[in-house]
Amino acid sequence: MSKVLMKGNEAISEAAIRAGCKAFFGYPITPQNEIPEYMSREMPKNGGVFVQAESEVAAINMVYGAAGCGVRTMTSSSSPGIALKQEGISYIAGAELPCVIVNIVRGGPGLGGIQPAQSDYNQSTRGGGNGDYKLLVYAPGNLQEMVDLVQESFDKADYYRNPVMVVGDGMIGQMMEPIEFRPAPKMDLPAQPWATTGTKGERKPNIINSLFLKPEQLEDHNIRLTAKYATMKENEQRFETFNMEKAEVVCVAYGTTSRIVKNAIVALKEEGIEVGLIRPITLWPFPQKAFAEYPETAKSILCVEMSMGQMIDDIRIVNEGRLPVDFYGRSGGMIPTPEAIEEKLRSMVGGAK
Amino acid sequence: MAMVYERSEGLVNVQTHYCPGCTHGVIHKLVAEVLVELDVLGDTIGVAPVGCSVLAYDYFNCDMHEAAHGRAPAVATGIKRVKPNNVVFTYQGDGDLASIGTAEIVHVAHRSENITTIFVNNAIYGMTGGQMAPTTLIGQKATTAQAGRTVEGMGMPLRMSEMLATVPGAAYIERVSVHSPAAIRKAKKAIKNAFQYQLDGKGFSMVEVLSTCPTNWGINPVDSLKWLEENMIPYYPLGNFRTPGEEK
Repeated sequence: MSKVLMKGNEAISEAAIRAGCKAFFGYPITPQNEIPEYMSREMPKNGGVFVQAESEVAAINMVYGAAGCGVRTMTSSSSPGIALKQEGISYIAGAELPCVIVNIVRGGPGLGGIQPAQSDYNQSTRGGGNGDYKLLVYAPGNLQEMVDLVQESFDKADYYRNPVMVVGDGMIGQMMEPIEFRPAPKMDLPAQPWATTGTKGERKPNIINSLFLKPEQLEDHNIRLTAKYATMKENEQRFETFNMEKAEVVCVAYGTTSRIVKNAIVALKEEGIEVGLIRPITLWPFPQKAFAEYPETAKSILCVEMSMGQMIDDIRIVNEGRLPVDFYGRSGGMIPTPEAIEEKLRSMVGGAK
Repeated sequence: MAMVYERSEGLVNVQTHYCPGCTHGVIHKLVAEVLVELDVLGDTIGVAPVGCSVLAYDYFNCDMHEAAHGRAPAVATGIKRVKPNNVVFTYQGDGDLASIGTAEIVHVAHRSENITTIFVNNAIYGMTGGQMAPTTLIGQKATTAQAGRTVEGMGMPLRMSEMLATVPGAAYIERVSVHSPAAIRKAKKAIKNAFQYQLDGKGFSMVEVLSTCPTNWGINPVDSLKWLEENMIPYYPLGNFRTPGEEK
């Protein structure tokens, strides 16, 4: 297979179509508009449906309906739009339906801006909707990983009967990189006897629902969901490490930011400063396994994010107080420079060596 | 002896949770009978609302999908778009359709989604305990309008059928009532028409059914039927508001 040069948002769309997505419901919001635009053009050609909903609220509920029919379905949006979708996401998680949700994050809070940010970490990983639920959340660091993960997301969603969220940011959505569309690793996917497709008079009615009026039943449901999330937590943690062998400082960064941190690490290495990187690929489950053991040289951790410090709590939890945790971040659509990160890291190791 | 009446095959044999005298049961029965008579029960996917009829999925003998408050038309859109050969309907109360879900119902009509909506208007919020609805009549008492609804502050009661009849995509809009046997027969005919419109691929159809709420109106079931006839019908006139090619 040959590589093609594609814009991030279009690559996401093409990956979804190749993964068998048959229904896309969306609403325009910058900086992810190339996704609904691409889908409006390409879905009908590929035997799928596209609807531009009247709102993000309607779009996610259209996803909820289509997912209930057992059809691979997707929506995409950006931060304030994802906030509006949270009600529907909670219902979809509660009803245990598969779907893929893409969030091309921009700065907030409120209407915020349209530039790249990572300030939706909490919205993605904590469950912005009501109730005890979790999403599998991927945060790819480049476009190749983005298309691979989007394709895999549909399988994971079907496998766990759970929404999967893919989080990028305005930069990854708008940049172009060469990519290769590769078939996703095959999973044994369960049948869908629960789907609402019409009884044909041959079975009892299927009901897609998240209402449990009896508290005992709702608690049982939550216990069962939590057991599913525990399995996901055990099996789905994904991360990359970089230059960790002799690291004095361990950086933790994901997505776009991790690329900038890598540049800083390479530059500092020339000065004799050893900095490692743990790059979470899954934001939920947070890759606890990456933090099981630090190199003997490690003295501190630096969380680098395009936010005011949302991932830092998860790092502190898995670090369990073993190393001091520091933070460097920019927000509002400001992108950290390698130089600024280098300066921060130099100050942490007591200056250049 | 000839069997003159039995439970429709379109309904599941379970006990009702509706209050005594509530007309949801009658409306469920009509929808169920129509689905059986049109021979589409096995192809039907219904969307249940939030409100008193939140448990509608326990009664209809077809696949059902529960929706969030007001979102049934969006859920139905998702279903119908991926299953165009199935019959899809939403069953919604006035709080669901005329308040929190006004955007969704307007746009499902606007897109002329080929679905059918059964809109049950009892002029009050039932399940949450008798609060004012957009459809509550002027002077009608509600727990959030204890001296009776006034125009000042809350405006006039919203006439959804009239409003939706102005939407170009709406194919069939009719208002009926279930306060008498004759009215029930007419209601069934309208519901059957609405589903037939969907089967013929003509686009969005809605039947608004005027319904009673003895519990929250504080009126006994028999007097509730009378109250409906005397108070609701003058403000919410019965009849057809839109059929294709007949813009009224």
